[in-house]
Amino acid sequence: MTQLRLTLYVAGDSPRTRQAKANLDRICAEHLGGSAHCRTIDVLDAPATAEAERILTTPTLVREQPLPRRRVTGDLSDTSRVLVALGLDAGSSDIPTAR
Amino acid sequence: MNAKRRAGDGHLPKLRTGIPGFDTIAEGGLPQARTTLVAGTAGSAKTIFAVHYLAAGIAAGEPGVFVTFEDSPAALRANVLGFGWDIARWEKEGSWAFVDAAPDPDDQATVVGAYDLGALVARIEHAVRTTNAKRVVLDSLDALFVQHADHSMLRAELLRITAALKRIGATVVFTGERTDEYGPITRNGVEEFVADNVIILRNVLDNERRRRTIELLKMRGTPHQRGEFPFTITNEGIIVIPLSEIELTQSSSTVRVTSGVKELDRMCGGGFFRDSIILASGASGTGKTLLVTQFMQGGFKAKERTLLFAFEESKDQLFRNAAAWGMDFQSMEKKERLMVVNRYPHAMAMEDHLVEMQQIIDEFRPTRVAVDSLSALERVSAIRSFREFVISLTSFLKKKETAGLFTSTSPSLLGGTSVTEKHISTLTDTIILLRYVETFGVMRRGMVVLKMRGSAHDTRIREYTIDGKGMHIGEPFAHISGVLSGHVTYDADEADRRRREDR
Repeated sequence: MTQLRLTLYVAGDSPRTRQAKANLDRICAEHLGGSAHCRTIDVLDAPATAEAERILTTPTLVREQPLPRRRVTGDLSDTSRVLVALGLDAGSSDIPTAR
Repeated sequence: MNAKRRAGDGHLPKLRTGIPGFDTIAEGGLPQARTTLVAGTAGSAKTIFAVHYLAAGIAAGEPGVFVTFEDSPAALRANVLGFGWDIARWEKEGSWAFVDAAPDPDDQATVVGAYDLGALVARIEHAVRTTNAKRVVLDSLDALFVQHADHSMLRAELLRITAALKRIGATVVFTGERTDEYGPITRNGVEEFVADNVIILRNVLDNERRRRTIELLKMRGTPHQRGEFPFTITNEGIIVIPLSEIELTQSSSTVRVTSGVKELDRMCGGGFFRDSIILASGASGTGKTLLVTQFMQGGFKAKERTLLFAFEESKDQLFRNAAAWGMDFQSMEKKERLMVVNRYPHAMAMEDHLVEMQQIIDEFRPTRVAVDSLSALERVSAIRSFREFVISLTSFLKKKETAGLFTSTSPSLLGGTSVTEKHISTLTDTIILLRYVETFGVMRRGMVVLKMRGSAHDTRIREYTIDGKGMHIGEPFAHISGVLSGHVTYDADEADRRRREDR
């Protein structure tokens, strides 16, 4: 089974960044059983990566694996909508069982 | 340059854009480290202006960053290659960087919660830093407004971006879409909060012809010229036609050059002034083209270089006629002291005629230029475009101290003035009228120097004839009046009196 890989792009250590990080941590722990591989990229430190990945807005969460890539932008405050957008909700076939 | 316009007396320092003509109307260029909105309707050449701005910068050793919100970099690279702008090469050389913020339909983000454009800001700053860019383009902001529903967030972010760019010292041009040529400045009102300066590009129908103009609507804290100026798009990009140059460059030469007709030189007090514009007006068949031909021959004999723009007769025809009058244009052309350029008046817009003529003049470097006829050009243009054309061409010739002979055809055989004269007489230094004069059942020809700036001249109406050797100017018409109006009357008493005096 393909491992779930998520990248969170943030811009600096703003309240919005902290909120998005906290929301993502919670979603990973509560809904993905800790199986997801998460990383955070600060675009202020890695603007070239943001350019290459064509990241425009922050925070942006990208599902890198499995393909196809999916993007969610915002502070991730609505868990169920994040899961739907990433194709990780119960009804989705992209990820057989994340738990 | 005027000392008043130099920096250091409260005016902002300016960045020469390098867009031909633009820096003249902007009196030096765009204010440095400021933001300028270039607004226009669809098809008004906003993006071409923006790309030209960066391309001209690179030519002057100033790198640029192009942030695109609409077209993909690949599309932009392909679209402007025709102007000789090789973006791909500049990217390799490190003088051009794209920030690709165009939407990708296959990779749309779902919005969950609040966000901002932090990544975009970081990318733009990164691109500006790595290229050391002095010029930045954002094209176009409207696309951003379409993609993001939260407009107050966008406004805050745009302020953040422009503030950051100004801090770095970049001079920013961004484009905005207008819905009407003479309505609100832009669709989303972006100018109100981020633009220091506003430029409007228009593309309007005038007398069934497309006419492009540029207007500097607002230039904060810096002098600039007001009103609309025509511009055109050539294969080298945008060329603005700065009409008011004529006021700045009125030098006057006292050096005289020959008209090619000895007696006419005498009538003009010794010839035309070297940097003067002469209008010869007459009905069909009065000898305007002959006058032009002799003007060119006279130039050749005086070791000058002559250029003729012929809009009515073909080159072959002109050469044949000249040969009939004993002038060998062919050998003059071989010696590269004469050039005849044939154009169809309706082949292109007035602005394009102007730009092409200026290019040809710059290349050939003539000392005298003839245009035969202005009327042919006037027939195919809107009055305003025509007047602007004449203003620009005359000022261009004057700046180069080149004599210009323009002909215009008056519509009626007897008397009357042509429409051309009415529109341009104030722009010319000398006006020569060629008229048919009907006396006692015979058609004769009369010539008068109506006006000659800065010189005494013969004010009498002189009879002239045309034969196999050219034009011959004879005596003044005696005892008749009304030659110019076309209603000739014979003054018998005056004739009597003169006869008695003569005895």
